[in-house]
Amino acid sequence: MKTVSIDAKNISKDFNRRSIFHDISFEVSSPASLAITGKNGAGKSTLSKILAGLLTPTKGSVEYGIDGKTIFSGEFRHVIGFVSPYLNLYDEFTALENLHFLSRIRSNTIDRQRIQELLMLVDLWHRRDDHVGTFSSGMKQRLKYAFALLHRPNVLLLDEPTSNLDDDGVEIVKQIVQEQKKQDLLIIATNDAAEANWCDREIKVGMDRGEKQ
Amino acid sequence: MKTIAAIVAVVSKDVRSELRTRYALNALLMFVLIAVATILFALRDDHLSSDVLAGMFWVVIFFTAMSGLSRIFVSEEERGTTFTLQLVATPSVVYWGKLFFNAGLTLLLTGAVAILYIVVFPAFVVQSPSIFIVTLLLGDLGFAASATILAAIIAKAHSKGTLYPVLSFPVLIPLLMTVMQSTAKALDGENISDAFGDFQILIAYLLIMAGGSYLLFDYVWKD
Repeated sequence: MKTVSIDAKNISKDFNRRSIFHDISFEVSSPASLAITGKNGAGKSTLSKILAGLLTPTKGSVEYGIDGKTIFSGEFRHVIGFVSPYLNLYDEFTALENLHFLSRIRSNTIDRQRIQELLMLVDLWHRRDDHVGTFSSGMKQRLKYAFALLHRPNVLLLDEPTSNLDDDGVEIVKQIVQEQKKQDLLIIATNDAAEANWCDREIKVGMDRGEKQ
Repeated sequence: MKTIAAIVAVVSKDVRSELRTRYALNALLMFVLIAVATILFALRDDHLSSDVLAGMFWVVIFFTAMSGLSRIFVSEEERGTTFTLQLVATPSVVYWGKLFFNAGLTLLLTGAVAILYIVVFPAFVVQSPSIFIVTLLLGDLGFAASATILAAIIAKAHSKGTLYPVLSFPVLIPLLMTVMQSTAKALDGENISDAFGDFQILIAYLLIMAGGSYLLFDYVWKD
């Protein structure tokens, strides 16, 4: 089992000279769970994209570690799974094709058993050969979980984890969250208090931010 | 080996996606047909010099390519799949994958325009096929190298449609001048050794654009 850590040091992000947030620092290592909370526009999604290595902070740095060894953010993508409203899958491919193509690009292999397992977990196995363009927003959200968990990530980053999901979908997410936080790292960006309560620690972004344990 | 396999996977994803959505193919084919038909109606009976024919040939390719090649990154941006691709692939894998896809598309486009020109313009007779083929190959690869990095840049902008040809034209001027000159030599039936200078410029252009774009792509692709 890998121990992964994220060390965010004084990170700030500006868009077109407008400051989204500034001077955020925290350190977290697995097993742990961390909620990023704050009002709309406080920068939760931006912070989660920075942690996923998809955006560069304007100031500060994020250091990633695996088993105590510092690694580049590019390598970190092998251990991170990300679910976000800003991350879409290909509408013109079927659910199965999406997972096959993305697996091949990521690791040159297709673990068919793992794909079946995940599509069954998110209850999409019976729709595996349907184009994603025909899926409802909730089904697309479920498929994003299958994509995020495909490579058994040590860090699961969830931005608005239950958006568009029905009650059954929320239960599936709770199950995934419980499993993830047992051994690995879970980070949830949300403004829903119930979702924030799934985590052991909370970081608030925005003007009135602070940290509570 | 892993990187090559990942690049092949990106190309195969894009080919499959293109065959399903026809994002670029339809735009390219329609533009080729309309442009060639318009030129045919206007100039069919005129006796044109090889310089003018070569110029018309590459004008059609330039504007057609401008209407389709940017789709490779614009479609990822519009569908919100850019982050997905960033999560699964390194920037270099994405760059080479997209470059090879665009090169294939440009070769297909140029082949279609060449066949149409040969069929519909009696004056468009390729007397030196070797110069013509090498020019098309090197010209297309250089074209694709420039088009790919510019597509990545404009995908993040608001006025993508206008910006692409405007940004591309100055970058492509050295390439266009050389391929037009070399194509005219092919139509005039000159010896292949007469076109070596043009080929050297095209190879240098390709290496500079592909190498420079590869180094720059990390910064363009991320944010």
